[in-house]
Formats: sequence, C-alpha cells, structure tokens
Amino acid sequence: MFNIAKPVVFLMADDDPDDRLLIKEAFQESLISNSIFFVEDGVELLDYLRHQDRYSDPDIAPTPDLILLDLNMPRKDGREALAEIKSDPHLRYIPVVVLTTSKAEEDIMRSYDIGAAGYITKPVTFDGLVEAIKGLKRYWVQIVRLPVINAVKE
Amino acid sequence: MIHPSQLNTVLIADDDLDDCVLVKEAFGECGDNINLTFVHDGIQLLQYLRHQGVYADSSATQRPDLILLDLNMPLKDGHEALAEVKADPYLRSIPVVVLTISSREEDVLRTYELGGAGFIIKPTSLNDMVEVVKVLNEYWFEVVELSGIEHVNKIKGRNFVQ
Repeated sequence: MFNIAKPVVFLMADDDPDDRLLIKEAFQESLISNSIFFVEDGVELLDYLRHQDRYSDPDIAPTPDLILLDLNMPRKDGREALAEIKSDPHLRYIPVVVLTTSKAEEDIMRSYDIGAAGYITKPVTFDGLVEAIKGLKRYWVQIVRLPVINAVKE
Repeated sequence: MIHPSQLNTVLIADDDLDDCVLVKEAFGECGDNINLTFVHDGIQLLQYLRHQGVYADSSATQRPDLILLDLNMPLKDGHEALAEVKADPYLRSIPVVVLTISSREEDVLRTYELGGAGFIIKPTSLNDMVEVVKVLNEYWFEVVELSGIEHVNKIKGRNFVQ
C-alpha cells in the first residue's frame, strides 16, 4: 500500500549452501517478488559492495537495498563485515539485518551496537523461516522508505 | 520467535500532539502489549534516555525497546537526536525508526547514514497508521530479537535502572 514502485534488491551473505537454498525458497514462498543475490563470506560481501573483481558488472551485482548477514562465516565473519560496512561512508546507508543461528545475547547486543537494523535468529523450521521472511519484507518493502541513491548522490 | 508475554516499551518523540494521539490510537487498535511513552522534542528525548532534568527520577523512566522519532521538532531536531543516541555507547543499541511527514530523499539517506533502522512516512489516516503499527510491531517484537537491559548492564558494566 505504501511502496510499490521499485523492486527491492536483497543481498545475503551466508557460507552454508543449505541455508542459502532455504532462504531462496523462503523468498519465493513469501509472495512479494524481489531479487535476492548471494555471497559466501565477508570478503566476498565487501568485494560485491565495492564492485571489485568479479562483481564489477552492476547487472550481475546490483547494489542491494538491504543486506542479510550471517555472523559465523570463514575469512571475514559477519561482525567484522558489519563493522566495515558501517564505517564506510559509501556503504553505511545500506541497512543490514543479521540472520544467524546464534542466540548469544552478546551477539545480539554487539550487532545492534555496531549498527544492525535487526537481528533474526534463524527459525528451525521452513515454515518459521517463511514467516520471518514475510515479516521482514512487510517491514522493509511495504512500509519503510529506503534510500534511492541516484536521486541524491552523483 | 514469538514473545507474546512480555510488555514492550516504545518511546515516541513527536512535537505534534495530534500526531501523538493518532499514534496512540493506532497502537491501541493493535493490542495492549506495548507500553507507550511520549516526549515532544529532541532535548526531552535525550533527557528521558539519560534520566536527566524532569526525568531525573529514574524509577519513572524505562529504557525503551524501540524509539519512534519525528524529524522536525523544536530545540533539537530528529537527526541531531539520532546522531546523539547513536554516538552514546549506553544508548546506541536501541533501534531508532524515523516516523515523519517528510519524504525528502536527503532526509531518508541521512537517517540511514546516522544509523536509523527505518524511515516511515507518517500516514495521515487512522487506518493507514494502524497498518504501519501492525507491521512495525510484527517486525520489531516478533520477527527480530532485541537486546535486553540486563545484558547491556552485564556486558557494559554500568547500571541502568530498569
């Protein structure tokens, strides 16, 4: 009812191929059609966001409107990647929602501390995951206004 | 993932009293598990969060789970207040969602750059406000996990009064 014009691009960083598949299916189940792209760790995430190496083509790697971030990943974990995104003036405007198996209070608090715009504990069932993704989309796609970067910058 | 029993606290900063009434009615339509508190400018917001001024009696003020923030307010506007909350190590983990009549792209971008966790254009009708509040409650109090006050105390080593 509020924002219907522009499709929202999601980018998910998760090293677990099964979880990536589940998220992809949950997105398809959750009706509102949006594109979702995947990277497998924090190094790839930052490469993607900075259009480096194999992510230089904006058609293959469009700048996301929202990032879904796993915490425990090899090479560069979610906490480091989040801190790096939020300290980069060109990237910090992108909302990052943590989506992880960790229920540790320390992870929850630290994530909000360094700038997460939500912390979701991965539901154990597929139905639970679909419900969470639906709620996520109702908020970020339907009622929230996200920045339109080209309208302001460049 | 659903936490039906707990009473969640939302702190609303808005100088327009009609808008405050609308927000209150909309929350009222969405159930009674939310404890709402209103402040009317950015200075009051910071004083409330820091137990200063008229809020020095800290037993009367509860750390909110979520802040809804208007942008155009007297004394200290929403963006200034947001920057201050996000620069304060004891407050920055509280999510702040902007709720404003502004639809300026600059305001949207600035909100996210300052660490806002959402930018919502304030609906003018009660029906649309109820729709917004429903989705807002669902996201912040059912879908996501929030950080409890007891953990802020334990991890940061300072006593906030609950």
